[in-house]
Amino acid sequence: MLLIPCPWCGPRDEAEFHYGGQAHVAYPADPAALSDEEWGRYLFFRDNPAGPFAERWSHSAGCRRWFNVVRDTSTNRIVPQEANR
Amino acid sequence: MNRHPKLGSVDRGRVVRFVFDGREYTGHPGDTLASALLANGVRRVGTSVTHGRPRGIFAAGAEEPNAVVQIEEPFPEPMVPATMVELYDGLVASGLAGRGRLADRPDPARYDGMYAHCEVLVVGGGPAGLAAAEEAARSGVRVILADERTPAAPPGVRLLPRTTVIGYYDDNYLIAVERRSEAGTARERLWRIRAGHVVLATGAHERSIAFAGNDLPGVMLAGAARTYLTRYGVLPGRRAVVFTTNDSAYLAAEDLARAGVEIAAIVDVRPTPAPTDIEVISGNFVTEARGDGEVSSVLVGSRELEADLLLVSGGWNPVVHLFGQSGGTLRYDDDLAALVPGESPQAVTVAGAARGVFGHADCVQDGIRAARAALGQTAPEPPPTSRQHACWLVPATDYTRHFVDLQRDVTVADIHRATGAGLRSVEHVKRYTTAGTAHDQGKTSGLLTTAVMARTLGVSPADLGSTTFRAPYTPVSFAALAGRDRGDLHDPVRVTALHDWHAAHGALFENVGQWKRPWYYPGDGEDMDTAVLRECRAAREGVAAMDASTLGKIDIRGPDAAEFLDRLYTNLMSTLKVGSIRYGVLCRLDGMVFDDGTAIRLAEDHYLVTTTTGNAAAVLDWMEEWLQTEWPDLRVHCTSVTEQWATVALVGPGSRAVLAELAPDLAVDSASFPFMTWREADVAGIPARICRISFSGELAYEINVSWWYGLALWEAVMSRDVTPYGTETMHVLRAEKGYPIIGQDTDGTVTPHDLGLSWLVSKKKADFLGKRSFTRQDTARSDRKRLVGLLPATRLREGSALLADGRMVGHVTSSYLSAALGRPFALALVAGEHTTLTTLDGTPAEVTSPVFYDPEGRRRDG
Ligand SMILES: [Zn+2]
Repeated sequence: MLLIPCPWCGPRDEAEFHYGGQAHVAYPADPAALSDEEWGRYLFFRDNPAGPFAERWSHSAGCRRWFNVVRDTSTNRIVPQEANR
Repeated sequence: MNRHPKLGSVDRGRVVRFVFDGREYTGHPGDTLASALLANGVRRVGTSVTHGRPRGIFAAGAEEPNAVVQIEEPFPEPMVPATMVELYDGLVASGLAGRGRLADRPDPARYDGMYAHCEVLVVGGGPAGLAAAEEAARSGVRVILADERTPAAPPGVRLLPRTTVIGYYDDNYLIAVERRSEAGTARERLWRIRAGHVVLATGAHERSIAFAGNDLPGVMLAGAARTYLTRYGVLPGRRAVVFTTNDSAYLAAEDLARAGVEIAAIVDVRPTPAPTDIEVISGNFVTEARGDGEVSSVLVGSRELEADLLLVSGGWNPVVHLFGQSGGTLRYDDDLAALVPGESPQAVTVAGAARGVFGHADCVQDGIRAARAALGQTAPEPPPTSRQHACWLVPATDYTRHFVDLQRDVTVADIHRATGAGLRSVEHVKRYTTAGTAHDQGKTSGLLTTAVMARTLGVSPADLGSTTFRAPYTPVSFAALAGRDRGDLHDPVRVTALHDWHAAHGALFENVGQWKRPWYYPGDGEDMDTAVLRECRAAREGVAAMDASTLGKIDIRGPDAAEFLDRLYTNLMSTLKVGSIRYGVLCRLDGMVFDDGTAIRLAEDHYLVTTTTGNAAAVLDWMEEWLQTEWPDLRVHCTSVTEQWATVALVGPGSRAVLAELAPDLAVDSASFPFMTWREADVAGIPARICRISFSGELAYEINVSWWYGLALWEAVMSRDVTPYGTETMHVLRAEKGYPIIGQDTDGTVTPHDLGLSWLVSKKKADFLGKRSFTRQDTARSDRKRLVGLLPATRLREGSALLADGRMVGHVTSSYLSAALGRPFALALVAGEHTTLTTLDGTPAEVTSPVFYDPEGRRRDG
């Protein structure tokens, strides 16, 4: 059970959160301008590193805010990203 | 009785009666079932799972691999080590042949869940753990000490007695099970503990040696025999042979000898024995334990020693299970000949025997060191770890009775078979032989298996590594994990303001998400089909009403509300006029339908949208995610108001007359109150918002009032000769019109176009969520499955495969009997053009439009 640092509420149990996958994958400015492959990459492809990974969480059973953290996927150690709250 | 007159800490003043294998025995408070059985001379406790060999008590704690019993009374519980059962009056237990039986009735006992937080959690109340807890508490921080027994807690320490820590998870989150036997309290409590720092003082487990007949009752770990004597005052035999690789068994031998057990000899594999008055056969092996069902003699080379007890000590394994679970690395230490803890990514310190420090004084010193390290204080030098002589196996020609894992009946011969088959990984050998996979998780057998493997392959155990340690450390009951969250408390139950009325009027309920929705209202002698046909006729020919309060409702407000909804829904919501209502569909980015509902425009900057009952929370989450992460510039707030509004759907050609009576101030004619508009008026004297929408094709109104007035509204409606109907009738009515239910007629692979809803997909909007996917090659295919209607010969089962020329082309998504059509009908998702399809059992079905009833829409205005 991870202890996740919500930038608004402080550290809380993982069970209060909803996982949002890789962070910094922005919705394309003009989806219509993308090829099928480019749109498919945006839709279905995400990084899967062993090591630091910027990811999104939502404090769904708490303040309901989305925020980013960097989690090391090999140790589960989380570094909060204050700038992204 | 094999009870010493003085030794031990059981309460001899009181007698406890229990039954084992149908016979009555007595023991004392403070006994375990194992110690009481040994005190009564019971040595055979069960039989082994594969070979049916007699088995006795081998250990004294959680590591027991043999004496696994079935508790019969007070409540059946399978596969419990007799060493972990505290004796109490009325206990009825029996031996097992490797498999237990689950209770055939619900457990009446209570199980609780507890939460705790502390700066320091100490696991294990031996010398190291007690010293660590005492030292940590000196700093005034919150200290919890968990121990399997009930040690005297140092001052300032919160003791969790009879508590086994079974799991070590991320960020120092640990799970422990507390066993409680007092009447009137919970049988077990599950502790969820978040600790700043963890000190693991989990001790060491004595290990066995593989030799012929090492599974006979009467073969026992030397340290366990010493525990039975000193803790319970029990003499586990009369004449013993001790087989050892180390000094600790000498202490056991001397203690037992002083208490009156005759020690025939100590057989020490080392050439130079420790000093003792007992006869030592050094540099030698026990080659076989012999006996008919239990030990009667011990073979040492050519000598046969008469004995009823054979005490074994192959050395000690640090209990590194929790450390391994923490994500810590383990290392085989050649000097200690055991696995020791390495590095952990978590805030954890290991103390005492759990890291190979075996002397009492050294353990105390190591506990103090660990506590100081945990608190970031200057810590003394760690005491040195011990050295052990490695001896795993007594050489022989036949290894079929050299047991490695007693619980799984795995022998050295089995391991040879595995390595002979080419297996080289300990993980593979574990799976091939099942060694270490029993309820004891290989506490006494894991390293032995590795060592025997290493010996066979001619490598060091260090080269093979270890298998992965996973929670739980000891078996845990599902009841403990569930705690109070079972039966009525398993999941929250949501009911509407009208629930009691539905129940009082005989409704049967359907679970939709967490909601209880009336399914249908059977009259006297009616079965489901009859009741639903009657309810359908009332809605199509007269007037009927349904509780629609569970539909999700989200209030959307702000200057950018219209723009926001345009981006979310496939159609235009910004052009909706205040006072009007529009149906809309939400897609995920892959273009697949995710939810549907209506949007009503309350003001320029204010909408209320409805969602399906089961998806309300997901839709709100979806909106919040886009607002917060992609469109933070939009000035919009979303608020769930599902439980603020009670909703009554009034349906049927007679609904206008009923509404006119209930709302005398409201102009109800079609020109004044057209389809897809809403009005505010008093209904039955209650302020209401009335929406003219229809999910049945009939003239219909949805009347929304404050949740508090829901019952008053419903009772006023019901006083007008209106038939109540439930979700089943709602489903039939909508299916007759070809309206899909998202989640029933769709499954996340269906686009609006597949549902025949192309008219709902805006061509004007530059973009909306999912739009780009509609032109993806696969989504734009012309041969995708589409929603069709079916007129089958007999009623179809939902989910049935549909075949054309023997090939599956689709499946049935909805199937009902229709009062209006007077026959069965169905909706289906089908690829390709067909006139008829058949099910697997050969039932033919004509393929039709999904709109079966009133395709011209004439009934909408009554
Ligand atoms: Zn929060």
